[in-house]
Amino acid sequence: MTNAILTGLMLGGMYALVAMGLTLQYGVARIMNLSYGEFLVAAAFAAHWLFTAWALSPFVGLAFVIPVSFGVSYAIYRILLTPLVRRAPNRDALEVDSILATFGLMFVVQGILLTVFGGAYYSYSFLAVPITVLGETLALNRMVALALAVIAGSALYLALTRTRIGTAIRAVAVDPSSARLVAIDVTQMSALAFALGGAMVAAAGVLVSMFLTFSATTGVVFTMKALIVVVMGGIGNLLGCLIAGLALGLSEALVATYVDPGLTLAVNYALFLGVLLIKPAGLFGRAQR
Amino acid sequence: MIGAPVAIPLALAAVAGLAAVPFVVDAYYLALAISLLQFTVLSTAWGLFSGPTRYISLATAAFFGIGAYTVAVLGELLPWPLVLAIAGIIGVLTAAVVGFSTLRLSGVYFVIFTFGLAELIRQLVVWYEVNKSRVLGRYVFADITQTDIYWQLLALAVVTFVIGWAIARSRLGFALRIIGEDETVAQHCGINTTVAKVALFTVSATIMTIAGAIMAPRWTYIEPSIAFNAMISFQVVIMALLGGAHRLWGPVLGAIPMTLLFEFLSARFPSTFTIIMGVVFLLIVYALPRGVIGLLQRLANRPTKRSEAIS
Amino acid sequence: MSGARSTTPILETKALTRAFGGLVAVDHLDLSVHPGEIVGLLGPNGSGKTTALNLISGLLRPDSGAIRFDGYDIAGAAAYRIARLGIARTFQLVRVLDGMTCLDNVKAGLAFHHPPLPHGEIETRARTLLQRVGLERHVQRAVSQMTYIDRKRLELARALALAPKLLLLDEWLAGLNPSELQTGISLIRSLKDDGLPILLVEHVMDAIRSLCDRCVVMNSGRKIAEGTVHDVLADPAVIEAYLGAPAHA
Repeated sequence: MTNAILTGLMLGGMYALVAMGLTLQYGVARIMNLSYGEFLVAAAFAAHWLFTAWALSPFVGLAFVIPVSFGVSYAIYRILLTPLVRRAPNRDALEVDSILATFGLMFVVQGILLTVFGGAYYSYSFLAVPITVLGETLALNRMVALALAVIAGSALYLALTRTRIGTAIRAVAVDPSSARLVAIDVTQMSALAFALGGAMVAAAGVLVSMFLTFSATTGVVFTMKALIVVVMGGIGNLLGCLIAGLALGLSEALVATYVDPGLTLAVNYALFLGVLLIKPAGLFGRAQR
Repeated sequence: MIGAPVAIPLALAAVAGLAAVPFVVDAYYLALAISLLQFTVLSTAWGLFSGPTRYISLATAAFFGIGAYTVAVLGELLPWPLVLAIAGIIGVLTAAVVGFSTLRLSGVYFVIFTFGLAELIRQLVVWYEVNKSRVLGRYVFADITQTDIYWQLLALAVVTFVIGWAIARSRLGFALRIIGEDETVAQHCGINTTVAKVALFTVSATIMTIAGAIMAPRWTYIEPSIAFNAMISFQVVIMALLGGAHRLWGPVLGAIPMTLLFEFLSARFPSTFTIIMGVVFLLIVYALPRGVIGLLQRLANRPTKRSEAIS
Repeated sequence: MSGARSTTPILETKALTRAFGGLVAVDHLDLSVHPGEIVGLLGPNGSGKTTALNLISGLLRPDSGAIRFDGYDIAGAAAYRIARLGIARTFQLVRVLDGMTCLDNVKAGLAFHHPPLPHGEIETRARTLLQRVGLERHVQRAVSQMTYIDRKRLELARALALAPKLLLLDEWLAGLNPSELQTGISLIRSLKDDGLPILLVEHVMDAIRSLCDRCVVMNSGRKIAEGTVHDVLADPAVIEAYLGAPAHA
């Protein structure tokens, strides 16, 4: 039981970390980014390459990957997504358009990864040291990943609540038209949030590459789980993201241990549906009706 | 566009002509014709729901897979028409469950749910097969020839278009148009929008399920990962959007060129297939947001708008 | 003036409450509309009038309180059920169906009656309603090209198409020039003469004075006054709500 709970918490922490970037992208920029998981996998490949070809530890790899992905995401928003933002008559239409556009982007990124790396599974071993916690054996790399996730999440939370730009970003998430009225450049803030989300998912990709096996086609599952966490937690809500991620991780670990490891996605969806049927705006979301 | 007295004989002639195809072409072209019909049925069925309601469904693979897998399980046990009927019923039930759970919420939740639906069903089927029936992967033994598949698909295509036409003229079709314009207004007109959406989703999904069942004998061996291949969801969306999902005849305009393009690409450029699909898709989203039909409508409307503005 | 009050109200809200986060938009509101009367719902901007209408029409769920309409409990019921029971409304920001013709817009209100109306009936009623609101020349017109007042009239026609027992108007007379205003006022008065009770959210004083039998004034979600137009507009609490200072200061 302890094993299941600890595994669940660590898994949940990882899910929360992965989903934080998406809650920024969707909550602020209103981009439902279906290609989200592909960027995670791309970052994982980058970390793998840096480690195997250049013997750089993933922590150093973070220093490269984060700024690059920030820049790439920013460029994607400005070049690819801004025409859609301008064209959309309202937020709902933008959501639909962004789903379709990022859908296409997902194919492009996945295709590039397939061409470069093929369909094979990759992994590498880093910090795979067993540590005993509460009588259970856990891997050091997972614990470090979780710790970094907590740090990253807290840093993001502080940035959003204690800085001016952070407050501007939160204003855009709540009400973009009112935000404009107080001289907030909504497009710029959305681009910033999108880029920040891209940086976070890349960081997540580097961290999980330490202990997960991945291939060019595993991005989709990450996107699915991130979407579930974001929506369950209430869109744009970091704390909700954390709680939803933990709930997801715990339920998965418990079902895998006591029922069947092959039903993890079913559990995810069951939990997702359950939450939405009771609280349609997510655990911490704002009421629709 | 064309009056009924002209359209109906034309349509009958077209159907008769298409029905004669297996007699005049060889196996390769028959297979291609089957592909074309398959995607015509799937994309038109997709457009039936996602066109008026503007909910993007990524669940095509889930329903197609249900149909195909039902045949794999029941194909040799029951007479063919009964197998098709059972597949259809499973499709109806699944669509009703998914629909009632997610269509009460906003469109985004629906997309997310359908995004993973094929994967979810695949996992459930694999779990059941591994743990209960102890069989993974089944052989399809059904006494069905390629020509039979072709004719069944042709019949399904005709039925799909007739259903689409009938819905458009019905109260349900009117309700869906209103919902697509403004769901709040629809509700204030006394329309139970959830039931309307679920009804349409069920019709669309059942057609896809039966298409999957009809296509199953093409594979001699089916595994869940073959039956529930998510690629088909994406292809169908691309085709319907290219043609224009808001008109009954739109998706077929996208299905035909895209099927040919996919055949060509998967033979010549198997590795860059995915990238090219993505780029094509992006082009459609940016340049043809209402598809080819939308483009034709815009070109047709331009002179009228000018003369109206002057008068 | 007391004739209407002796009958049972067709609409009655009791302690109706709805909050959005920390803001209580409607605070224990008691309000009633009797058959044959026009009740004005007044108050400064942000006093919760539209929210009250939204709670009644089913667009929002109340947090607490009751709404009785025509003998039914409708608090929290789905909007389509409330529409079928006989409440029709217009919206503060006109909501018409841009992609459809005027006739189809009105048919939207006719096509979903229980029991369903026959086709020919729908067609005749739609044309009659367009005539009623003064849009008889616009039958096949594309809605996207219509003027603001015509869009409002179309929305009203759609609301009337439901054959409602109660009509909710949300600032329907806003933004009209003087002659349009007079036409609008007569149109609404004709509806009352036909026996349709109306709950009217309004700011335009001319309209309030000429149409309303009774008024309810809200401020910050609460009812602060109720009575005839004359009494209510002379009430110091109402004056303070609108002007922000006591009248005698």
